[in-house]
Amino acid sequence: MKPAPFDYARARSVEHAVELLGREGARVLAGGQSLIATLNMRLSHPSLLVDINEVTGLDRIARRNGHIEIGALVRHVQAERSAEIAQTAPLVARALPHIGHPAIRNRGTIGGSIAFADPAAELPACLLALDGEVEIAGPAGKRTVKADDFFQGLFETALGPRDVLIAIRLPAATHDTRVGFAELARRHGDYAMVGLAAAARANGTKLTDVRLVFFGVGSTPVRARDAEAALAAGDLEAGVKALARNLDPPDDVQATGAVKKHLAGVLLRRVARQLTEAPQ
Amino acid sequence: MTAHEITLTVNGEEVREAVEPRTTLVDFLRDTLGLTGSHVGCEHGVCGACSVRLDGAVVRGCLTLAVQCDGHKVETIEGASDSGAIADLQEAFRTRNALQCGYCTPAMLLTAAELLAGGGVPSRAAIREHLSGNYCRCTGYHAIIDAVEAVARVRAGATS
Repeated sequence: MKPAPFDYARARSVEHAVELLGREGARVLAGGQSLIATLNMRLSHPSLLVDINEVTGLDRIARRNGHIEIGALVRHVQAERSAEIAQTAPLVARALPHIGHPAIRNRGTIGGSIAFADPAAELPACLLALDGEVEIAGPAGKRTVKADDFFQGLFETALGPRDVLIAIRLPAATHDTRVGFAELARRHGDYAMVGLAAAARANGTKLTDVRLVFFGVGSTPVRARDAEAALAAGDLEAGVKALARNLDPPDDVQATGAVKKHLAGVLLRRVARQLTEAPQ
Repeated sequence: MTAHEITLTVNGEEVREAVEPRTTLVDFLRDTLGLTGSHVGCEHGVCGACSVRLDGAVVRGCLTLAVQCDGHKVETIEGASDSGAIADLQEAFRTRNALQCGYCTPAMLLTAAELLAGGGVPSRAAIREHLSGNYCRCTGYHAIIDAVEAVARVRAGATS
């Protein structure tokens, strides 16, 4: 299908974008790899698209104060090729090849993936697993929101209608950082039936600060807190059992909730193994 | 909904046209410029038939708006074909029966060319992964993988 009519404006700066977003029904256009598909299918009807692609300074990857900051307009392919991300955000590096297909990753942006907040998407789960934060510019200036508070419901985030996500910030990996990532999709590049992004800290043979974030199992990325505690106690079997309490995936076109629950256990076993391996 | 005047480079030539914001890049190329080598399939980014190059990177023509390309460079299969840069790939597709109806072929060629531009001889798994976003309903893919692999070997041999 073809999109319904809308107006279009190119933002010259973040401030200009915020100003343009003052119009009722305006939406930010970044990589457009989800948004334009929904326009074509007439699932969304914005009055105005505010294109931020030409705003300078939003496509930087920078390391500062123990964090890595990834600008909203960093395209997936740019992140995939970044030595900085491979080194300081290995979980993101592992997740990136699972996102869509090369042509999608050439255009899609990190900020767009986070702001769109598809519950089956990889990067929102990574952001939450890494205890990252989101930098937002809005009418009242800039603010920072923790990942735990950012994802609020199905495609619902802490972003208001006049907000622009400008960067994400992740704690840079250190020698004791352990990460794991796995997903099950029917075909490569499809959204996952179930996926798991995980991070922890190695302390001798034990794990601490375990964060297990499942995606494709609810309306947001979901932390499995009992399973996290079980893994920190070194009890994988208890962790797998705990998923029955922590996850309640609804049936969808991909699989029934019961199948998803089973697959979540399969993924936890795989990812638990990754978490105990020292990085190369 | 006001039309926007855009100026862009298409296959090396400057083009100036008025477009409605809702016009996708692939519809603009086909309907306004008459470049019908880029095909429209699913129109939501899944089939890959509309792939074109935007500033050198292969993108979905159905998930990019023409108005966004103001000031940018677009290259279609017509440009890539006329330049001769993918002649070996086209010949390999023909020899190995890597196309039947040809609907997916222009996009398949551009996507394969992007992989091969990285140099070396990618594994068959890497070729499959790179082409995973381009659907072909005729060939069953094996002949396409064969053709891409064969060209990679010849190119690697020719440069080493």
